[in-house]
Amino acid sequence: MNGAYLDNASATPVRKEVLDVMLPYFNEHFANPSNVYDIGSEIKQVVEEQRAKVANLINAKPEEIIFTSSGAEANNMAIKGVAFARQKKGKHIIVSSIEHHSVLNSVRFLERLDFEVTFLPVDEHGLIDPARLSKAIRPETILVSIMHANNEIGTIEPISELAANCKENGIIFHTDGVASVGNTQVDVNELNVDLLSLSGPALGAPKGIGALFFNKGVRLMPLIHGGIQENGRRAGTENVPGIVGLGTAAELVSRDLPGTENHCRKLRNRLVNGILDRVEKVTYTGHPDKRLPGHASFCFEAIEGEALIFMLAQAGIYTNTGSACASKALKTSPVLGAIGIRADLAQGSTVFTINGNNTEKEIDYVLEKLPPIVDRLRELSPIWGKEIPEYEKDVCAH
Amino acid sequence: MKFIKDQKSDESLDLVCRMCPMHLLEPGDKLKCMKKGQVLEVLTDYDGALEDIPDWCKKCGHEFIGMDEDDDYYRFYIKKKK
Repeated sequence: MNGAYLDNASATPVRKEVLDVMLPYFNEHFANPSNVYDIGSEIKQVVEEQRAKVANLINAKPEEIIFTSSGAEANNMAIKGVAFARQKKGKHIIVSSIEHHSVLNSVRFLERLDFEVTFLPVDEHGLIDPARLSKAIRPETILVSIMHANNEIGTIEPISELAANCKENGIIFHTDGVASVGNTQVDVNELNVDLLSLSGPALGAPKGIGALFFNKGVRLMPLIHGGIQENGRRAGTENVPGIVGLGTAAELVSRDLPGTENHCRKLRNRLVNGILDRVEKVTYTGHPDKRLPGHASFCFEAIEGEALIFMLAQAGIYTNTGSACASKALKTSPVLGAIGIRADLAQGSTVFTINGNNTEKEIDYVLEKLPPIVDRLRELSPIWGKEIPEYEKDVCAH
Repeated sequence: MKFIKDQKSDESLDLVCRMCPMHLLEPGDKLKCMKKGQVLEVLTDYDGALEDIPDWCKKCGHEFIGMDEDDDYYRFYIKKKK
């Protein structure tokens, strides 16, 4: 059966090479790494080897990596960990208005504890203006968190410039690298960041594992208290199979990434050009060039994104509306609102995320199937071909 | 408790926000890499360290020089003796 899985930002299959290395750590090599006897210390050694592989992928030092259960936990640890550790210095935090919910909801939680948060606006491509960040900085600002790449629109932010701005003012800078690490080259030294979150599934590792890079000078209040795992920064017996999966996947990504990036970019361009040629009244969202190589996001006019996702799925094509949380709550995406997309147009959001496993044949299959599905949905649409009243042209609210 | 001011140190460990027993484990590892006679400064906000660090120094045979207090944390000074 023909088909194409183009929702790699949501989930990816665990690479076979990764799974093969992981499996013995479920039973044969089961010992607790905290144990002092030989089979425990051997596992501890394995965990440290994986830490070095993850560090190598982003040009960090092994002691600067904390294993977490997910990218979301890494984001929570960065935001709350820094906020609680530095609250005597100040209680002002700056984030972009297009952050992932794991960042946005972390800072909203902190607002309940009397922290003040500034949500920075972005331009029509989703880019943060460094001058705007400078203006938002106050003497009591302790933390800035701006994502490296946006999961809904693919835009890559000018992180090194934004971070330099903060370093000059003694402010900790965190970036959410969940959408970027594994899809494009990431070097924490070039980015000049203090903290960076990453997630296993984006690399071909299993779900349930992620990591936080932290500069050794950054104080972090732990979120999970207990034993001395992760040098007392995150308690709980280590998820050894997950860590082995993440380390192995990181090693493979380090080796393959330049080729994968080119492959994804080629397929992405074929998909984007094909859709823009074949379908009328469609907006390509995000930055045209400064974006993830395998990311293509659109808003189809007079289409309900979820209807399009379901109909594409019937043809074996798997994509996403971009924001599962907003979509399930029947809300329009805050990211699309932030880049000025009209509320009615934002309903037709569809995101394609390509990885190294996708083929040209799959892209051509999408280009064959998508236009007639869009036509059919527009035939059923009560608003297709009609003038949108001015009062309905508002951008979606946050 | 011996309070001291302006103590010089050869190495420093920042353990602020770190939980018990990291205030004993990390100095142990760090002192292994230092020379006899050198001084280690330990920064911690854990109140239990007030008792733990002098006791631990006795048990391990290192000299507890004294401590100083900052707004947010304590500074402990340990001289490596063996």
